[in-house]
Amino acid sequence: MFKKILIANRGEIAIRVARSAKSLGVRTVAVYSDADRNAPHVRACDEAVHIGPSAAAQSYLVADKIIAAAKQTGAEAIHPGYGFLSENADFAEALEREGLVFIGPTAKTIRAMGSKSAAKDLMEAAGVPTTPGYQGADQKLATFKTEAKRIGYPVLLKATAGGGGKGMRRVNKESELEAALASAQREAKSAFGDDRFLIEKYIETARHLEVQIFGDGKGDVVHFFERDCSVQRRHQKVIEEAPAPNLPPRVRKALLKAGVDAGRAVDYRGAGTVEFLYDGQDNVYFMEMNTRLQVEHPVSELITGLDLVEWQLRVASGEALPLKQGQIKETGHAFEARLYAENPVQDFAPSIGRVTMLHLPEGLARIDSGVAEGQEISPYYDPMIAKIITHGSDRMQSLARLRDALAQTRVAGLETNSAFLYALANHPAFIGEEVSTRFIEDHGSALFAAKHALETFWAAAIIWLSAGSPMSKSDPWSALEGFRLNHARQTKMWIEHEGQAALLNIVQDEELIHVTLERDASAQARRDGHEALERLSFAFSGEMTASGDIIIHMDGARFTAQAGAHDNGVRVWIDGTYQDVALADPLSGNATSQAAAGSLTAPMAGIITLLSASPGDKVAAGDTLLVMEAMKMEHTIRAPTDGVLKAYRFAKGDQVKDGELLVEIEDMA
Amino acid sequence: MTAFVSKIDINSDEFQTNQAAMRALVDTLYSNAEAVSGGGGERNRKRHIARGKLLARERVERLVDPGAPFLELGQFAAWEMYSGDVMGAGIVAGIGRVAGTECMIVANDPTVKGGTYHPMTVKKHLRAQEIAAQNRLPCIYLVESGGAFLPMQDEVFPDKDDFGRIFFNQANMSARGIPQISVVHGSCTAGGAYVPAMSDEAIIVREQGTIFLAGPPLVKAATGEVVSAEDLGGGDLHTRESGVADHLAENDDHALGLARQIVARFNWTKLGKVKTAEPIAPLYPPKELYGIVQADARKPFDVREIIARLVDGSKFDEFKPLYGATLVTGFANLHGFPVGIIANNGILFSESAQKGAHFIELCCQRNIPLIFLQNITGFMVGRAAETGGIAKHGAKLVTAVSTAKVPKFTIVIGGSYGAGNYGMCGRAYEPRFLFMWPNARISVMGGEQAASVLATVRRDGMEKRGQEWSAEEEEVFKTDIRADYERQGSPYYSSARLWDDGIIDPAQTRDVLGLCISASLNAPIEETKFGVFRM
Repeated sequence: MFKKILIANRGEIAIRVARSAKSLGVRTVAVYSDADRNAPHVRACDEAVHIGPSAAAQSYLVADKIIAAAKQTGAEAIHPGYGFLSENADFAEALEREGLVFIGPTAKTIRAMGSKSAAKDLMEAAGVPTTPGYQGADQKLATFKTEAKRIGYPVLLKATAGGGGKGMRRVNKESELEAALASAQREAKSAFGDDRFLIEKYIETARHLEVQIFGDGKGDVVHFFERDCSVQRRHQKVIEEAPAPNLPPRVRKALLKAGVDAGRAVDYRGAGTVEFLYDGQDNVYFMEMNTRLQVEHPVSELITGLDLVEWQLRVASGEALPLKQGQIKETGHAFEARLYAENPVQDFAPSIGRVTMLHLPEGLARIDSGVAEGQEISPYYDPMIAKIITHGSDRMQSLARLRDALAQTRVAGLETNSAFLYALANHPAFIGEEVSTRFIEDHGSALFAAKHALETFWAAAIIWLSAGSPMSKSDPWSALEGFRLNHARQTKMWIEHEGQAALLNIVQDEELIHVTLERDASAQARRDGHEALERLSFAFSGEMTASGDIIIHMDGARFTAQAGAHDNGVRVWIDGTYQDVALADPLSGNATSQAAAGSLTAPMAGIITLLSASPGDKVAAGDTLLVMEAMKMEHTIRAPTDGVLKAYRFAKGDQVKDGELLVEIEDMA
Repeated sequence: MTAFVSKIDINSDEFQTNQAAMRALVDTLYSNAEAVSGGGGERNRKRHIARGKLLARERVERLVDPGAPFLELGQFAAWEMYSGDVMGAGIVAGIGRVAGTECMIVANDPTVKGGTYHPMTVKKHLRAQEIAAQNRLPCIYLVESGGAFLPMQDEVFPDKDDFGRIFFNQANMSARGIPQISVVHGSCTAGGAYVPAMSDEAIIVREQGTIFLAGPPLVKAATGEVVSAEDLGGGDLHTRESGVADHLAENDDHALGLARQIVARFNWTKLGKVKTAEPIAPLYPPKELYGIVQADARKPFDVREIIARLVDGSKFDEFKPLYGATLVTGFANLHGFPVGIIANNGILFSESAQKGAHFIELCCQRNIPLIFLQNITGFMVGRAAETGGIAKHGAKLVTAVSTAKVPKFTIVIGGSYGAGNYGMCGRAYEPRFLFMWPNARISVMGGEQAASVLATVRRDGMEKRGQEWSAEEEEVFKTDIRADYERQGSPYYSSARLWDDGIIDPAQTRDVLGLCISASLNAPIEETKFGVFRM
């Protein structure tokens, strides 16, 4: 076994690797960029080496810096985690030259599997079933058009060097092909430095199944059963589970055999994943092989009780596979939900900012996280906050545990998909094992729908604000909240409601808190002639327990809520869903709230990747003005009206903040 | 310090009867207060809102810190006076905390007679300023007024404590470093123009507030110049050209936001220093006060039972408990503040008066605020009392009360009659605040005594002239007098005329006192120099 390894990664996976290494008595070295100076993964390791600026291309992706760090600290081997350099054959080769061990497959395997087209050829030759498609070297648009027509729309464009859904596009008809290809190529170029593409038949109601394999590099390959990762959004996995539900035994047998065959075909060494599409009938098609540890590996660990990282370290240090296939047993069912800093209702746009509150359901689930409270989710890296992983004796029990864990997951400071995950875990179709890659498209409305009336959230926010008031209670002017002479106690709370400042009039008598919502209550609304007549009233009683739970009784129902400060207001969680109650301040005047007319602002923080016009150019409504990249996803800023481009406020490569003015247009209308 | 052990049985018939009687009075009080909050009535409110403006009370509510108390003063000013509908005398006044600073807020209510100044409006405005001056409270005027109520100009314009005194007070408070801030929400014409003009800083709302010495109609009559109100004295003119106002607000909300911003920059510190303790609620709920005060005013009750429901932890350390027992004196904390309490527990005798004077000396030596709980029919009368020098002993108490410089607070919890009113810090003795319970009565003597004294005088006169006066005729005469005293002795009659600062729910007494003591400590506690005590 190694004495010391370097972990060439960050976040939860770096911590995950360090945990297994420590259990084997292996010392660990972390690497970190500027942005990660105080990141949890640095603290999780015994030593740490700074490797440069925040941008991954200048730190985590620079092989030389990683190698230098390993040499400097005397690490014998490098664990690449997933992403970054994990599937970089040149890096694996460089390590070999430098006498360092790459904890993963050989450069040759990586290279073979890294090219999707080459991998497909190889698999076809080994008798592994593959999808119809085109994977030629000819990358001309015309060729793509001809091939796509031959395969039949819809088709999927995939970056030859790709992974993780990046650079992947579904194309429904020929007219969409050109734009989709161009955009996908830019994304692939920036993510992988390679813009070659292949085409595959898009299988409409497919399921995504994958086999976790492990090889010794000498032809011995075992599997850790399969995982079902069908529930995806924008080709990114959302909830994974093992074993796959609702899978006929004969298909399962064929699937596991195909997985192991794929591994044997390349004398696979280490942990790998063979991904298949399952058409729901009898067919599984090889999609690709990931020559690394997958994000979702924990579900396989929980059903087998084995530690895949431990296996990686043992095999990389020259040991034989710890167990034979027959010794690898599965028990029960496991789920993994990926908690992301993103906004599901805004098409899952990444949400960056400081995590001001982080309450993860430790004790209810295995939590793999690389984020700490107070930490910034930056635009530089993947916005995953945590993986919440549960195990149970069967699927229902495991899923119930996942729901419990998600209901206790509370993050504030930015948007997360926690409520979306909770809705997913509660959806009858998901419970009923009706999973497919179209699941979110098909059931979207139910997954995004509000589960509780706004009043319930407001009630909880009122209790929380009142209980948590930081004012000194020893001064009667602070302690006597809402005191009015010869009247019941009353307070006012300005909130943002439907884009406007609305007033919650709160009157507390001996039994109940009566709340009236006054829309158009601001002086400006009144001046503008809006009558503040439309009112909504409700009454409740509530209290905050010593443990911080907020108990609300309203209309005969009882709710338990939690709350925390978020942005300029309160975030309230009830039953796994959350709602922000933003506080408004109409007294501050509106002089600063008006953006300059005809301007376009950044939808989120990111980096400008393309300026597609020049100052003085005439632009038509809908024209692309610039492209920015945030969280490795492209966002196109288009002209809202016909006009003349006045100025760009930033240059290509500049980092912009959320809401910053990007470009100005002079309206022609 | 020991906690008082209550002897009250809250399940007794007596308690229940008392409680029902007081609850009825409190219910009436709340519904009357609600009527006052309605200002000039629904029609006028709607018209005001339709003009795109906030109501006076909405302005006050938004000006004060969210969730903070607002202690309204003079709530029942002009109650049942004039045409009977001049609610709150046309202004909302009270102490509110703005940006963490306790401020006196005076807001004109234009829904009440156009915000014009009736005699009681002037008196209420001046009383608010007096409270501000005595307690060193910054003043914020939310202005929108038609000026003097012209049909009564003789009662609001010429005298010392009339309209002009408002500006005299502004100037002199400003001179003492007590900030004077105006927010012009509507018209400020003629004399009204001086409220913002005399302020340290003034805010005006664009296309809504106007300030001018004479409005467009008068200008046209005087000089023939035709000009719109906005052009003559609008926000743009006054903030860009004349400099009469300093800040231009987009609307009422923004104006109030600017006022808050100004207060936040006062660099204000309170100068009254006392040693505070952590506040503790009384052991007995304040609502029990309802059942302690006797429904029949002639029946006595132990005032310690009242005190136990006002002070922190019901802890009350009595001074001279064995001497002059009809006056209870002692030390306690209330909302954490140290207080000395002087409370009636029967009529005043020479001993009780001397004890009271002694106790006031102690409080002044120690800088401890004084609370008077008034329930007094008067001093003992008769030859024995006079021989004992009750007049000079009473004078000692009055001297001590008059010259004590620690903050004084008076609550009339029962009767306030005759010289007892003086000895127990009535209005003339400048308590910082004076409130009445809804059961309270105030007059020079009781209605029954007055009826019988006046009937005796009249009968003597008639008998001297040899006239007959039948028992029936005497009874009619006495009934009229009793009715007059009943009407004029009512707390509403008193409050309407600003003999007090308001009628309060007994259950809110502790909180009202806490807020008032806190407010009073904005001013430094001055050293007391007593006058000559007649020995």
